[in-house]
Amino acid sequence: MSWLFYGAGAVALLATARAVSCAHAVHALLYLITSLLALGLVMLSLGAPFAAALEVLVYAGAIMVLFVFVVMLIDVGPESARQERAWMAPRYWRGPALLAALLLGQLLVLLLWAPEPPAAAALPPLKQLGAVFYGPWLLAVELGSFLLLAGLVAAYHLGRRD
Amino acid sequence: MSLLEHSLIAGGLLGALAGGAAALVWIERRLLGIWQDRYGPNRVWPLGVGQIFADMIKILTKEDWIPPFADRGVFVLAPCIAMAVALLAFAVVPLGPTLHVAADWNVGLLYFLAISSLGVYAVLLGGWASRSKYALLGAVRASAQTITYEVFMGLSLMGVVALAGSFALSDIVEAQRGLWFAVPQALGLVIFLIAGLAETHRLPLDLPEAEHELTGGYHTEYSGGKFGMFFVGEYVGVILISGLITTLFFGGWLAPFGLPEAPLLWFSLKTGLFIGVFVLLRASLPRPRYDQLMGFGWKVLLPLTLANVAVTGAIIVAGAA
Repeated sequence: MSWLFYGAGAVALLATARAVSCAHAVHALLYLITSLLALGLVMLSLGAPFAAALEVLVYAGAIMVLFVFVVMLIDVGPESARQERAWMAPRYWRGPALLAALLLGQLLVLLLWAPEPPAAAALPPLKQLGAVFYGPWLLAVELGSFLLLAGLVAAYHLGRRD
Repeated sequence: MSLLEHSLIAGGLLGALAGGAAALVWIERRLLGIWQDRYGPNRVWPLGVGQIFADMIKILTKEDWIPPFADRGVFVLAPCIAMAVALLAFAVVPLGPTLHVAADWNVGLLYFLAISSLGVYAVLLGGWASRSKYALLGAVRASAQTITYEVFMGLSLMGVVALAGSFALSDIVEAQRGLWFAVPQALGLVIFLIAGLAETHRLPLDLPEAEHELTGGYHTEYSGGKFGMFFVGEYVGVILISGLITTLFFGGWLAPFGLPEAPLLWFSLKTGLFIGVFVLLRASLPRPRYDQLMGFGWKVLLPLTLANVAVTGAIIVAGAA
């Protein structure tokens, strides 16, 4: 399955690069969605179908829909694309690109000279995954749901009409 | 099974699916005719079957026009997404013990939910790229409606998953040998049916394209083949949801009442029955108002679905103890 991994990985990289460099907001979001789908495929090729399905279901299918929804409502057209292009002048992205390149270099060094590649852990079936989540890690799951509840209450408060 | 054999089966099934969806246009009009005390299209060939081909020729030879103000790339992409998503989601539906388009995955149900959650992009991008008021309003409605009902669509199936103990669709069918899940999961069935109506934007829940207020909604600016793809994609969606209701709640390919086994036949008959139910719902129910639709979803269906999951879980735990 390694050709699938590298193919999907290449698509993900290209799509992400386009998502960053695209001046048109909706087109950039489309590339980002493509990148998330490619990441799903990468997980699938690594033998994690559950994570792949959740990646597509949660990120591409729900969160990104809200992004597109919001961008759609603020009507981006050729006008804002021109403005965006002006913001993409080299002097703005030179610094971040340099730092990101440094990180990439360190990652490559780590990958090339790592003493031993970490063995792929045997992935537990869904039932065991659930048992782990709602057993030893129950507190973390509950804390996560607290955070979501807080977000929900805050959104409700902000959306009140008066 | 060799690769060639596999691709032949997959191609045949998908071709039959697309053909069936085109035929549904005629079947639906005839059924609507019966339920509304009129004939429907009955002129071309016996029973009016030729209407299917007449409609196809008409829609494919019409001028395929892209409005000059539209975002061209996205405008073309949207109907392709509609069709591709509808066909992709069918890949895991088991038509028989060993008969699928693709494979029997152990996360089959999650795959279906993931792929069908992408369907909203077709409507969203189609409406946005058209750059017209009606289309945009339709797209806004469609995305809010689809995101809302996706939640219940997923949650209403968790009772089935808990009872079968698996996300694999063939395991779910096998688990129904004794009793169809339509009986213990009657509430889940009703909620899944409503969510399915909302996901495929079928009447009475077709508010994203409600013609009395939005002319055509998200596909107002579409014509010719691209409109045809939206149109047929919707019918593929109807077949898909009917097939899933059959698989998840009515024993899939299993024979009812101890009759002889004939997997493909039983699956097709049951699915056909639910397609009929979809048409009957269209013929008999008026549209709700949009705020009623959203309010009903969050205030009624969400608590009911959660209660269904909790009660099902409690019964399983009590039974195991």
